[in-house]
Amino acid sequence: MRDQVQKILEMADDELILGWRNSEWTGIAPLLEEDVAFSSIAQNEIGHARALYELAGRELGVTADELAFDRQPEEYRCSRLVELRLVPDWAATIARHYLYEQADAERIDALKQSDDLKLAGLAAKIDREEAYHRMHAQMWFDRLGDEPRLAAALEELRPLVDARGEHTPEFLELWEEMTSVRRSLAGATW
Amino acid sequence: MGAPSHAGGSGLIYEVFRQERKGQAFAHAGSVEAPNEEFAEAYAREQYGRRGESAALWVVPREAVHEIDDFADELQKNYHRVDGYPLKEKLGRARELAAKSPHGLSAGAG
Amino acid sequence: MTPREQEFLDYVQSGGQVETEDWMPDDYRAKLIKFIEMHGNSELMGVLPEREWILRSPTLQRKLALTAKVQDEVGHSQLIYRVVEDLGKPREQCLADLISGKSKFHNVFHYPTKTWGDVGVIAWLVDAAAIISQKALLKCSYAPYARIMKKICWEESFHILHGRDVILTMMLGTDEQRAIVQEALDRWWGPLMQFHGNPIAKEDDPMYVWRIKSQGNEEARQQFLDGYVPQIWELGLTVPDPKLGKRDDGVWEYTEPDWAELKHVVTGHGPRTAERLELRRSTREETEWVRRAMLAEAA
Repeated sequence: MRDQVQKILEMADDELILGWRNSEWTGIAPLLEEDVAFSSIAQNEIGHARALYELAGRELGVTADELAFDRQPEEYRCSRLVELRLVPDWAATIARHYLYEQADAERIDALKQSDDLKLAGLAAKIDREEAYHRMHAQMWFDRLGDEPRLAAALEELRPLVDARGEHTPEFLELWEEMTSVRRSLAGATW
Repeated sequence: MGAPSHAGGSGLIYEVFRQERKGQAFAHAGSVEAPNEEFAEAYAREQYGRRGESAALWVVPREAVHEIDDFADELQKNYHRVDGYPLKEKLGRARELAAKSPHGLSAGAG
Repeated sequence: MTPREQEFLDYVQSGGQVETEDWMPDDYRAKLIKFIEMHGNSELMGVLPEREWILRSPTLQRKLALTAKVQDEVGHSQLIYRVVEDLGKPREQCLADLISGKSKFHNVFHYPTKTWGDVGVIAWLVDAAAIISQKALLKCSYAPYARIMKKICWEESFHILHGRDVILTMMLGTDEQRAIVQEALDRWWGPLMQFHGNPIAKEDDPMYVWRIKSQGNEEARQQFLDGYVPQIWELGLTVPDPKLGKRDDGVWEYTEPDWAELKHVVTGHGPRTAERLELRRSTREETEWVRRAMLAEAA
């Protein structure tokens, strides 16, 4: 597989799985207002994944949904950071949000310079949405300040930022649940 | 806006005013609870703009909004309102008068 | 009733609107808080059966739509609890009463969701039943509540379309998919028929007397049947009530819903009540430190 498609899938998988994990807070976040705000972030991430899968899909001759749902667990290229199930730990959630947005900003910057105009254009669009995510992460980071839970979570999660390769057992559980309806009637339209 | 400016729980109340389309007036849309201005803006943006339904928002701490709902008009001040000018009767009479002098109203005209 | 209360009653019955700072009879305020609080509770509890399916949505589009729908419901509960808080009952108290079982939420949210068919039926029919009541609330005598209902009704409109799309897609799919939809409908019909409440005459319903509600329970149910039974039948689905039919005079006849079941469920004995309240309780406990961090020098 071309190097570029690999990179696109890596980012798409990160966004998909992180969006999945973030959407687990919908309905049970610490504050109602935050619930609404955080859900938008999760939706944006899934939206980014979809757009990236569509781009990669054109190269590979498959649809975005096929890439998102119909691969085997070992074919996903997401980092261990995004695979972790963090609900109901809000400190860890914010820590991951903060760390991820920082790393992602660098990745997006690189993609914006891509020779592939479609990819560069998509990266620019994603970046404009991510600006709000970064603001949100910073806002919480500042608010929680010296909270020891946050410091501890940052320390624990930082090494996982670009840890790829083997998946966590949690990822396999997520994959099972994520694909359960689709696998129940292979080939059906939903 | 006499309701409490501090919420029972986590923070302050911020009122949100919403402009649906450019050129329209800002109308009160609701309120959000937040610890500070920064959070209030983020939350207002989401509650009143996530679906592109607003062109712009104003976010204001509740205590900064002062309501006035009592006005004194004891002495029928209709001189500066439209209802102070019932012209129908006068207009009727003026028309009648003009009809009796078909060539104008110059005083003493033959 | 005191003369002042009678004057207030005449005022709301002739279409008068009440604002937060206006004088209101104690009974009106109490009934209002209870009614609006139950609505807020319902939006918040309605999230729980649906959020499981966010994780199992079979396409990215469905995942996004369902997340957005559930997000709206949380947003509605925020709007609604703000109204209750300005009437004098803090949000934290509302949530505590919900969790302890002291206050109620609508029957439909006490039931399990078993398949993707439930996702479609809930978004299409449960939301439809709710929107009928919500449209009637646009005329609520208490203006702050009537105003948020506008936003709520606007957001609900996409929920029903999403539900219909999910159902139509399945009905156009395989035999198994069609069977899934029918099975879900069979399970949800009972709670749907109970949703609008027992047919108390509106003159005997204090909510209607105070013009908090502008529609009687039976009126709402008839509207639901009139709007949605034809939609159900035209897809080839059956409704599990052999008596269901429209008379010549336009009135829908049906098997009397199980009012005992309704009472049993809303008083906290539904199949999923305890489990869902426990989820609310435990996540609130786990995130209590966050609310305290937010409160710390709130400025």
